[in-house]
Amino acid sequence: MELLNDQGLRLDGRKPDELRLIKCKLGIFTHTDGSAFVEQGNTKVIAVVYGPHEVRNVHRAKTSADGAFVNCQYSMAAFSMSERKKRNRGDRKSTEATIHLHQTLAAVIRTELMPKSQIDVFIEVLQSDGGNFAASVNAATLALIDAGIPLREYVIACTASLGTGNVPMVDISNLEESLGGPTLTVAVLPRSSQIALVEMSQRFHLDFLEPVLKMAMKGCDYTFKVLDMAVESYLSEIGKPNNWGQA
Amino acid sequence: MLTKKVFYKQSKKGTILKIVREHYLRKDIWCGCKGCVKCALEEKDMILDACPVSKCSLLSDPHYIFLDTNAVLDQIDAIEDPYLENIIIPQTVLDEVKHRSSSVFKRLKEVIFDKKRKIYVFVNEHLKATYIERRVGETVNDRNDRAIRKAATWYQEHTGVKSVLLSDDIANREKAVEKGIFAFSLSDYAEATDSATLSERLCAKRWSERRGEDSTDVFPAHLPPAAVHHGLKAGLLLQGVFYASKENCLEATVITDKHNVLIQGRASLNRAIDGDTVAVELLPKEEWVAPSNLVIESEEAEDEVKVEREINEEERQVTGKIVAIIHRKWQQYCGILQLSPIKGHTYHLFVPAKRHIPKVRIETRQGEKLASQRLVVAIDGWPRHSRHPQGHFVRALGKIGDKETENEVLLLEHDIPCSKFSDAVLADLPSNDWTITPEELAKRVDLRNIIVCSVDPPGCTDIDDALHCFKLPNGNYEAGVHIADVSHFIRPGTALDKEAALRATTVYLVDKRIDMVPDLLSSNLCSLRGGEERLSFSCIWELTPNAEIISTRFHKSVIKSKAAMTYEAAQAIIDDVSDESELAQSLRGLNTLAKVLKKRRMENGALSLASPEIRFRVDSETHEPLEVVSKKMRETNSMVEEFMLLANVSTAEKILEEFPEVALLRRHPEPPPANFDPLIKAAHHQGFEIDISNSKKLSESLDKAIKPNDSYFNVMLRILATRCMLQAVYFASGVTQRSEFFHYGLAAPLYTHFTSPIRRYSDVIVHRLLAACIGADATYPDLMDKRKTDKLCQNLNYRKRMAQYAGRASVALHTHLFFRERIENEEGYILFVRKNALQVLIPKYGLEGTLLLSSKDKKNPSPFVFNNDDHTQRAGDIVFHAFDRLVVRLYVDRSNVQHERLIMNLVEPSIPGFSVCSLGDLVPTEEEQVPPPQVIS
Repeated sequence: MELLNDQGLRLDGRKPDELRLIKCKLGIFTHTDGSAFVEQGNTKVIAVVYGPHEVRNVHRAKTSADGAFVNCQYSMAAFSMSERKKRNRGDRKSTEATIHLHQTLAAVIRTELMPKSQIDVFIEVLQSDGGNFAASVNAATLALIDAGIPLREYVIACTASLGTGNVPMVDISNLEESLGGPTLTVAVLPRSSQIALVEMSQRFHLDFLEPVLKMAMKGCDYTFKVLDMAVESYLSEIGKPNNWGQA
Repeated sequence: MLTKKVFYKQSKKGTILKIVREHYLRKDIWCGCKGCVKCALEEKDMILDACPVSKCSLLSDPHYIFLDTNAVLDQIDAIEDPYLENIIIPQTVLDEVKHRSSSVFKRLKEVIFDKKRKIYVFVNEHLKATYIERRVGETVNDRNDRAIRKAATWYQEHTGVKSVLLSDDIANREKAVEKGIFAFSLSDYAEATDSATLSERLCAKRWSERRGEDSTDVFPAHLPPAAVHHGLKAGLLLQGVFYASKENCLEATVITDKHNVLIQGRASLNRAIDGDTVAVELLPKEEWVAPSNLVIESEEAEDEVKVEREINEEERQVTGKIVAIIHRKWQQYCGILQLSPIKGHTYHLFVPAKRHIPKVRIETRQGEKLASQRLVVAIDGWPRHSRHPQGHFVRALGKIGDKETENEVLLLEHDIPCSKFSDAVLADLPSNDWTITPEELAKRVDLRNIIVCSVDPPGCTDIDDALHCFKLPNGNYEAGVHIADVSHFIRPGTALDKEAALRATTVYLVDKRIDMVPDLLSSNLCSLRGGEERLSFSCIWELTPNAEIISTRFHKSVIKSKAAMTYEAAQAIIDDVSDESELAQSLRGLNTLAKVLKKRRMENGALSLASPEIRFRVDSETHEPLEVVSKKMRETNSMVEEFMLLANVSTAEKILEEFPEVALLRRHPEPPPANFDPLIKAAHHQGFEIDISNSKKLSESLDKAIKPNDSYFNVMLRILATRCMLQAVYFASGVTQRSEFFHYGLAAPLYTHFTSPIRRYSDVIVHRLLAACIGADATYPDLMDKRKTDKLCQNLNYRKRMAQYAGRASVALHTHLFFRERIENEEGYILFVRKNALQVLIPKYGLEGTLLLSSKDKKNPSPFVFNNDDHTQRAGDIVFHAFDRLVVRLYVDRSNVQHERLIMNLVEPSIPGFSVCSLGDLVPTEEEQVPPPQVIS
């Protein structure tokens, strides 16, 4: 199968620079401090945030007077793919994603304001259709905002790859991931245009890295606008006098 | 807008998965018509005419043509005819075609790409207005037909121009008419046009519906796909590729993972054609047979030949029959028309030039005209009741027997791209007055003052290598090989590069050269001509007088060759003791070193093999061959060869070290021991033992096998040994096991091609890799991708093989032209003894042919008896062994226009009633016209 046909459309009918449909919702759970649900195409992710709270038993050793300890956990639901697959906690893929997530979030959370405390971020991929990690980062940002945790700014992630004829393509679906070559995932701080994380599934030739990275960052910018709008409408909703404080 | 595609798929494990994919519907998909005001079209996307004039008498209004999937699949030849224009291909059709046949898809894409044809691909599946959901209970095919009709209706409403649906499906046409669209079958439409070629190119599919009354099933039915699937899964059937025997049209081999299955007899062959992927069912062990060892050429001969079934148990092979054809690999075939005996009949038999392809039945009204032409024909199908597959005429190449036509046939048969270089390719060339710029000079090592010379065969215009050598003050030698820097001119990704990568190699025919790169490069700017400054890529060694390498260096350089010599001229300079010039000393130095190198190589176990090589001396005006000369080997040939090998090996080591994953290397696998059986048996009979345990032992035992009274014996052994070898292949180092890198024939652990970039694309890639190694050039993505390199290697190997075959076929063609005028008695040697024939080699012409021993004539049976144990043929007192000397008479049999054949008749030793007498009686009598054997040198 060709990633891009001669008419310049991708397999699902998108143009190379078009994102999948994004839907998001903040404050979906009431028992947690913050929560969010993000849908990017068929990829669906829930993020939940607890904290800041005092450092709990197992992590006690990580207590620091300099700042809060961010505890991340990324996992995929057993039903997230077309075939049910029970994953043990801490398999290699999830562990890697957890580490990356921690690195990404640590770049934006103002931990120095919350010494000797802990923030928990739990991610559950409910449905997997490519770009899981990017959707997870976006969901985590929204959940952190919902929890009212001080952030430097948003952190937004997006994927990009190369299509037929070496055209960069943004927001890679599962089908494109499995057909195509390398996928690049980038997490950026959109206002300051800083990069928090770059990850590649395979090697790119140096010539392609720049256009693909640019494409992914363009995707981040657009995603940022969508999420920002969602946050704004959510805040104006819960901020209204008649339902103050209720999510 | 968004919708979802949901479908179910069975995974490899057998579980059924639900797959959900997004399917986005858009509004910004345009109609592609010129001057459409509703669409925001760019100029380049306006493909269709605003008012397409009707070319068909069925409908005078202007209209666009819509094709459905089956029309494309069946009638791709007619669609390729440039007559039809303003065609709209809905994406539904494109996807279905892609799914059903990749070869038709490729051809369709080429047609679409041709802007003159005005063919527009309409992405109806992603346009909101034309997308339709599958209804409950509707089959996928029905849904797709409906989608095509929907697209046609949309166009009619959108543009106001009529849509015409061409489909062979009656139900589809009826439904289209209901919707207000005109619908015709493609054949009706084509016949109502005034194009002469269009209707001829229509596929003959409708024949299969029209069964004659006398039709009885000739073949057993094929199994349905589901049954094949189950059979393969249960292990009852085997899947493999079908290879028809080139000698016997009723025999074939299917190569499966487990066995090589022998197929014998028409019913067992069951309509498979060479190259098809088939399913075979093995016969019970009692019915296994041995290859018949017979040469059967014409299909009609079948009934007469009853193979006697006394078969040695040992000789029995796994035998099977074909029960289904999984994948057809039909191509277009060259050949001639065998006119129907009934005058005015429009059905004729087409005889392909390839022997192992069956005759094809075609319909044409131009029969008389085409009878004297070479044709290209495509196969459409092979129904059970028909003895021959059915096909249709594609195009005519030219008059039979013309050298031009024959050359074209040869190129076509071997799939050699020989069209003129396109304008895009020529645009990538440097200008005619190109010179070396000072900037370029600054980047390179200046070797213009070194005595460099090139040595090549006479008449060579693409000189890609030059040499130098001088003594260093410390007593060592500095020797250098300078290769034309083609990669400087062919930059990656350009049209020129793509064309060269496609062609992969320059093809040498006897009277013609088909260049890989345009003439300006191959014969001028890249060619290292004497006295001209040229860019080169140099590989320079410091060697001890004992030819041990002390150091190797590579750099890009500028050279000025002092002389472009022929092998003969260089040899004369070396031999002329009085010549003390620098050039002579340089050549002598090279020659001495080469001898040491060669000796060492031989000690390491490199094989020196032989093949009967000849050249034609061609008349400069008529281009008819005048004389055959066998190629001479001089010391200087070997001198150049040794240094090229050394450069190749040094390069291979360097690029593999730097690029362990993507180095393009060349390997020559060790042949399996069974390949050597004929060689060992033949040598054993003559009292020599051949040791094949490794290449060194083989080389040594070949050296020892010398008959003092027969100098040609050793050469023949080497020719036989060459036949036992496997092909050397290019490969990417990242996709092959390290242990397989070895080059068997050269006994080199690593080898590549570096020295002929003008005529081989592999060398261009190696140049680029090497340039990247030394920092003279940058890498680019495709060069660093091992999968792409691997794919490239496959093309290189294929083209190389085809070029080799084409070269041989060209020699064969010229041999025939040469013998047209004469009949000669020549000395020959037996290479193989077959059951009903002798394979004879004529050293003088480097020709190999078959001397048929069996006789068709019942009253006058063949005097020969075949002995299977020691492979001999006996007639009375005379026994033929391999390597025996004979005298045969050679002449060309022109009775079959398609295959002019070189016939061999035995002259000496004389066997009454079989051999022909050596004097007079030059016209063969009736009895001697045994089915003529195949001659391919």
